[in-house]
Amino acid sequence: MLLEMRGIEIEGQSEDTWFPIIKGMDLTLRRGEVLGLIGESGAGKSTMGLAAMGFARDGCRITAGSIVFDGMDLRAMPESQRRKLRGVRIAYVAQSAAASFNPAHRLIDQCIETAMFYGVASASEARQSTVDLFRRLHLPDPENIGERYPHQVSGGQLQRVMTAMAMACSPDLIVFDEPTTALDVTTQIEVLASIKEVVRELHKAAIYITHDLAVVAQMADRIMVLRYGEVVEEAPTRQMLSDPQEAYTKSLWAVRSLRKDEDTSGDKVLSIRNVTAAYGGGVRVLHDVTVEVPRGRTVAVVGESGSGKSTLARVITGLLPPISGTVEFDGQRLPPALAQRPKSLLRKVQMIYQMPDPALNPKRRIGDMLGRAVSYHLGLSGKARDKRISELLEMIELDDSYRERLPMELSGGQKQRVCIARALAVEPDLVICDEVTSALDQIVAEEILKLLLRLQRDLGVTYLYITHDIATVKAIADEIVVMHQGKVVESGPKSEVLSPPHPAYTELLLSSVPEMDPDWLDNVLAERARGGAGAAAVEGDR
Amino acid sequence: MSDQTEPFSAGPAEEIMLAARRSRGKFATAMYELGKAPLTAKFGLLMIVLYILLAVFAPWIAPYGEAEVVSPKVYAAWSDEFVFGTDQIGRDFFSRMIYGARNSVSIAFITTVLAFVLGAAVGVLSACVGGWIDQGLGRFVDTLMAIPGLIFTLVLLTIFGTDLITLILVIGIFDATRVYRLSRAVALNIVVMDFVEAARLQGERLPWIMGREVLPNILPPLAAEFGLRFCFVFLTIAALSFLGLGIQPPLADWGSMVRESSTLIGYGDITPLLPAAAIALLTVSVNFVVDWFLHKTSGLRDV
Repeated sequence: MLLEMRGIEIEGQSEDTWFPIIKGMDLTLRRGEVLGLIGESGAGKSTMGLAAMGFARDGCRITAGSIVFDGMDLRAMPESQRRKLRGVRIAYVAQSAAASFNPAHRLIDQCIETAMFYGVASASEARQSTVDLFRRLHLPDPENIGERYPHQVSGGQLQRVMTAMAMACSPDLIVFDEPTTALDVTTQIEVLASIKEVVRELHKAAIYITHDLAVVAQMADRIMVLRYGEVVEEAPTRQMLSDPQEAYTKSLWAVRSLRKDEDTSGDKVLSIRNVTAAYGGGVRVLHDVTVEVPRGRTVAVVGESGSGKSTLARVITGLLPPISGTVEFDGQRLPPALAQRPKSLLRKVQMIYQMPDPALNPKRRIGDMLGRAVSYHLGLSGKARDKRISELLEMIELDDSYRERLPMELSGGQKQRVCIARALAVEPDLVICDEVTSALDQIVAEEILKLLLRLQRDLGVTYLYITHDIATVKAIADEIVVMHQGKVVESGPKSEVLSPPHPAYTELLLSSVPEMDPDWLDNVLAERARGGAGAAAVEGDR
Repeated sequence: MSDQTEPFSAGPAEEIMLAARRSRGKFATAMYELGKAPLTAKFGLLMIVLYILLAVFAPWIAPYGEAEVVSPKVYAAWSDEFVFGTDQIGRDFFSRMIYGARNSVSIAFITTVLAFVLGAAVGVLSACVGGWIDQGLGRFVDTLMAIPGLIFTLVLLTIFGTDLITLILVIGIFDATRVYRLSRAVALNIVVMDFVEAARLQGERLPWIMGREVLPNILPPLAAEFGLRFCFVFLTIAALSFLGLGIQPPLADWGSMVRESSTLIGYGDITPLLPAAAIALLTVSVNFVVDWFLHKTSGLRDV
């Protein structure tokens, strides 16, 4: 047994009171085993991962339990000794590699720093083993890539360099804290494959923390499901996937099964014709984009970050007037700039944002926000306004007492509901949803998607749904537009786009989305190695 | 998910915290925070309240009138009759100290308010509108700030005369440049938030966006800056009064009082230090309170 944590209790501080984050948790790990920790945000995954290093964040404290690593009790030893273990025998890979590197130093110098500091190896030895790790992690040009600075490599490469850094001292245990969450799917698959291979080949033990079930299915031998600081269920991966026991686990598994029957009828409410756009007259981010949106349906715009999907939303809303091309709404040509559009037109196109937090003014009460939209555009006041606010709250399944609350007093899912209500308050024809569920936990995200679908049925509103998540697309889209580097790669009804034959990019995108099958990653890689459609594109990790 | 009672509630720990925060009223929360405030902040608040009381009730507290000549003897020594002695024309020094609280503090306060109304309004406007208006205003303010402050004020006061209104306007406008800088900078962070864009997409007009969306979110740093600015304005006016261009006689003012009695220092009399000490105490107190307030609103922890 490499790591044995028993009866761990951790408390966090808020203002003056301590409240429990981890309520008595056990965790054991054998050498060469990968343990997956999954759960929603606030479940205590990261806290537990850090506790495995005998570490608690600022404002947190470990109050009970024992942490025995390789026969040593981490809680009993002084901090100075624990520090000697960290980085050398236990390593940590953080979510955002970009924020974890010092931009002023070369990658290789940062990778060998720990080894040098603790005198584990000489500079040339450390360099040699790091280059070896770069090679194992399939980084391009492993001999020289270390000479670059962090901004000179891509996000996926940086995450792999960080893995190499963690492994530089050949630790026995590595804690991966959501290492691929910030990456695009096509990049994520590369990082996952590299990490999996290295951990397996070098026979390391790892704790892999994520909220993505499909990812954990690929990486872990054993899965622990956490909620509210307690273990819900623990089982080997295959058993956990095929036969979850607890209701909560089952509900997590069920999230991905949401489906909608496609229907592409209806007249065109929005037509984007040959739009080309650029920021500040510089690089063009949209090239000759044409999209048609049928009334009362959902068109999903799919693509990686940088594909121009959010820019498309800015063109439609008038925040970014296009260089050429037109946007027609209800058969009428929209003035290109926001300032030229009359109030009656502004009402008809609404927007819901990815992050509910910056989208809600923290100083205004929910009732005020909804009320302002209602009275400004629909001219309601007094009782009628009050009644409409109540209706809206009911529509998003929140009770009337919420109108007095500030955004701070709501959970993430509730905030997103309020954003939806604000958009629908003015009875729009078209709602642009910009990644509205990607910042939310899976169960909450599913609730939001269900709400959006129900509101579409009830109100007949049209959605332009921007996302990078194929599972979401399958759940809500009628039509799909696939975008890549500012161009439309493919568009059409959902069934058509999702079934072969695909253009090369669609193929790559679709095959990169992790599935809930523990063999998925190996199969995909094997297929790509045989020369599948996306192989060439995968080689050139941007 | 029928087995879950509340499918989209916040975690239990969060809920408890939120409930606790909601259950307390605004006043109770303020009292609670005050109770936890460090000793320096409490001391500062106490002093500020004392100054305000002195200023408001000056006619009732002061033993003699503000400009009343009470003694034929100038520069009289401290005595039971005249606690801090008399000044250069035989007015009671102690009474003038108390009236000084009224004049100096209120004039400094009005000037600071003017600087803030002007500076914050133009600053937020600059941040919201952007473009060449922002550039133009920015360069204009740069130009004003490039001129040494005291000298510039002295020149303007010599040109336009030294009446109270001019004094307030000159210092207010000059200080507004600094408030402009700050409010523009903090407003820029708010303007890029999605809720401001959402308000624009809803077709909200500029005054609404400035006043309702941006301003409430930049109030904490502005309030903290208000305290500091007030100190600087106070010191500037005191300095101008000392040079004879600030608050004019017969109004009692601490700055002028230092000047008028300054010769006494040469004879080992500490009387001129009293108004100076009054200024120092107020500035220090305000700084204590501002420090605490900044700590609270910026979410810094005492580690």
